[in-house]
Amino acid sequence: MGSMLAQAFVYLVAALVVVPFARWAGLGSVLGYLLGGVLIGPFGLGLVGEEGADVMHFAEFGVVMMLFLVGLELEPERLWRLRGPILGLGGLQVVGTAAALALPALAFGLPWQQAVALGLVLAMSSTAIALQSLAEKQLLKTDAGQKSFSVLLFQDIAVIPMLAGFPLLATVAVTAADDGHGGGSIVDHLLPWAHAGVVLAAILGVIGAGRFLVRPALRLIARSGLREMFTAASLVLVIGVTLLMTTVGLSPALGTFLAGVVLANSEYRHELESDIEPFKGLLLGLFFLAVGASIDFGLLVERPGVIVGLLVGVMAVKAGVLVALARGSGTPLGPSLLFAAALCQVGEFAFVLLSFTERGGVLPPEITRPMVAVTALSMAMSPLVLALWERAIAPRMRAGAGPEREADAVDEENAVIIAGYGRFGQIAGRLLRSVGHGVTVLDVDADQVEVLRRFGQKVYYGDGSRLDLLRAAGAGRAKLLIVAVDEPAKALEIVHTARRHFPGLKILARARGRAEAYELLDLGIEGVYRETYDTSLRVGVDALRLLGWHGHRAVRAARTFRRYDEDGLAEMARLRHDQAALVTTARERIRELEEILQADQAEAKELQADPGWDADGLRAAAQAAPRPER
Amino acid sequence: MRADAMSLTEPPFAGAESRVLVLLAHPALHKSRVNRRLADALRGLDGVTLHDLYDAYPDFDIDVRREQALLLAHPIVVWQHPLYWYSTPAMLKEWQDLVLEFDWAYGPRGRALEGKLLLQGITTGGRADAYQPGGFNERDLRGYLVPAERTARLCRMTYLPPFVTFGTHRMDEAAIVARAADWRALVVALRDGRVDPARVAALATLEATDLGA
Repeated sequence: MGSMLAQAFVYLVAALVVVPFARWAGLGSVLGYLLGGVLIGPFGLGLVGEEGADVMHFAEFGVVMMLFLVGLELEPERLWRLRGPILGLGGLQVVGTAAALALPALAFGLPWQQAVALGLVLAMSSTAIALQSLAEKQLLKTDAGQKSFSVLLFQDIAVIPMLAGFPLLATVAVTAADDGHGGGSIVDHLLPWAHAGVVLAAILGVIGAGRFLVRPALRLIARSGLREMFTAASLVLVIGVTLLMTTVGLSPALGTFLAGVVLANSEYRHELESDIEPFKGLLLGLFFLAVGASIDFGLLVERPGVIVGLLVGVMAVKAGVLVALARGSGTPLGPSLLFAAALCQVGEFAFVLLSFTERGGVLPPEITRPMVAVTALSMAMSPLVLALWERAIAPRMRAGAGPEREADAVDEENAVIIAGYGRFGQIAGRLLRSVGHGVTVLDVDADQVEVLRRFGQKVYYGDGSRLDLLRAAGAGRAKLLIVAVDEPAKALEIVHTARRHFPGLKILARARGRAEAYELLDLGIEGVYRETYDTSLRVGVDALRLLGWHGHRAVRAARTFRRYDEDGLAEMARLRHDQAALVTTARERIRELEEILQADQAEAKELQADPGWDADGLRAAAQAAPRPER
Repeated sequence: MRADAMSLTEPPFAGAESRVLVLLAHPALHKSRVNRRLADALRGLDGVTLHDLYDAYPDFDIDVRREQALLLAHPIVVWQHPLYWYSTPAMLKEWQDLVLEFDWAYGPRGRALEGKLLLQGITTGGRADAYQPGGFNERDLRGYLVPAERTARLCRMTYLPPFVTFGTHRMDEAAIVARAADWRALVVALRDGRVDPARVAALATLEATDLGA
């Protein structure tokens, strides 16, 4: 316990000391974490990770979390729409890079199986570094950013067949037992084809469980209404998948990624995201710290020529392939170079694949050890390469001829978010949907969410007063937020949060009655709707009609009444501030009712005298004058 | 939505054999002196459907399919309304805009109303002498009813000369009662098929007395 806390303390302090400094120096947080890792690692101050495996063990869980979130972002439909760039660009990148790297490996005398495996492993880029850096520099939405995303996506998926297929490439006798991956894998001694079978079965198991087990379980937990239980469930899910994957000798990152994709369509996606997000933020930092700490400077000092040569060679080949691909798809030179800069490092999947191939006897340790070092170093170089692009290329691009093409709108965030989809929110939502306006719905009633989902609506489980959830639902880009929750305090909370953090978002809010309407009117939102007001007014209209009133007259009376009433409401909302006490007690509500009724009496004459189509004056004039008009 | 309000607005169908559809358009019937009495004179007549548009659609949300069904069910259509700004009240204009659909009421395939009769029952504040060349309104009333007449023609309907009550501002109770009886007599004659469109076509306005014994 004590040593764990001490380690956590060291990591956090390293992050706190180095990361802000790196940001200030314009190097980005990723490089900051990496430098922090180097600082505290065995080759720096030696504060942590005397055994590198410990650190990497920590690190893997950061990636696990990140991939779960990457998976959650990847709805199968979105995946399908991006299939062109993903399969085309991504496929060519992996195959092309693998080939370009395997050929020199062959030339160095490696067997073809090893050359192919090595090429494929090194073709991987770092999703963590590339996405984090691009997002940080706000380049994710550019053409190059979207291309990078597509390629990373393909790589994420390509890992599955690689993990399944690598055992077939085994050429080296497996000697070493488990190398610190704990738990012990049940598949280590299986034949390659059986191994591949177990891997496939595990993957299908995660998909099936995600689809048929996890959602009902989450529904039950959501029904309990305890937020921390949901957070616990999210963590249990990720940790559980991690344990399962470790048991069958698969990468936990891959498993949680799959679990994420399976759950991307579920109503709990936003809730899972906002629960895991803080853990992921810290753990991803931890991951970068661990990468920094794991850089084997010993090997670098021992054989600097080989390591640096490999590092430069691999990155140059990867960058070359990337530039060629981007240029080939019609991207101008500047963005092509960004594409290359973002993806030319070797990614965290390589760690996973290298340890997997080593244990599976695909690649000998003499190859994997330096490659781990090259991978870590290339990741450390990556932010520098991006910074270089930013300094040297970006200014010229802006000065250059054509303006960069606006990024394709990959997000299909809806323009309208409805918080609370009960009796009230549904009606507005159904109207919007019926005319083709998509709405993103947030609701905390698990049963209701389930029913709505069954009817194919886009409904998410969650409480709209949480900033992270609003953000995840796209409040930053939406035009309109409809607050339709039935609890007045919650409605106010949501409006407050949305007003403060999304000033551009227009807000329409449901109010229970006058007192609640005052509070909302004070906030200056676009619309305040007393929940039973319109219905009650309609009852009044129909009552008048059953009393013999002409329909149009009754409707006009109600319209006039409404106008007076709303003016009065707005006025009282203002006056209220002059009074010492707010209208909160029942007695004060009664007193206010008296005031309203008195005002009604005062206005009654005006309310009853509809000046429209009044012929009295005309008739009098006609009778007085010799010539009648009209 | 409509279901719960339906019982309040259902027009009184005068049985399956109803022949005359009277579309009454007055936005403030409770303030009306003459139109209300004219309408009252038609209430309860067999074969006459009195349909108060401002009561049926108080918020102007006209049910087009229902209106078209009513039109199809009646061979004779009457617009009863005060003359507002030389035209129909807003509701009746909205009714024309929405109900008389292209290729239903008019257009190459618009034959739904073919052969039906259209009669306007109009009240005006101005006296008859105000509606003549050199009068206050500078031309005779038919000059202001050209849009309605053309609308009927476009819909392949036969436009009858209008029943006009002039000078409503100066009518006393006796005059109103008499006028209501005239209106009732004309509508009954229409219902009973005693109006021959060809015979009355040349008239400027139509009264029950024009139909002879």
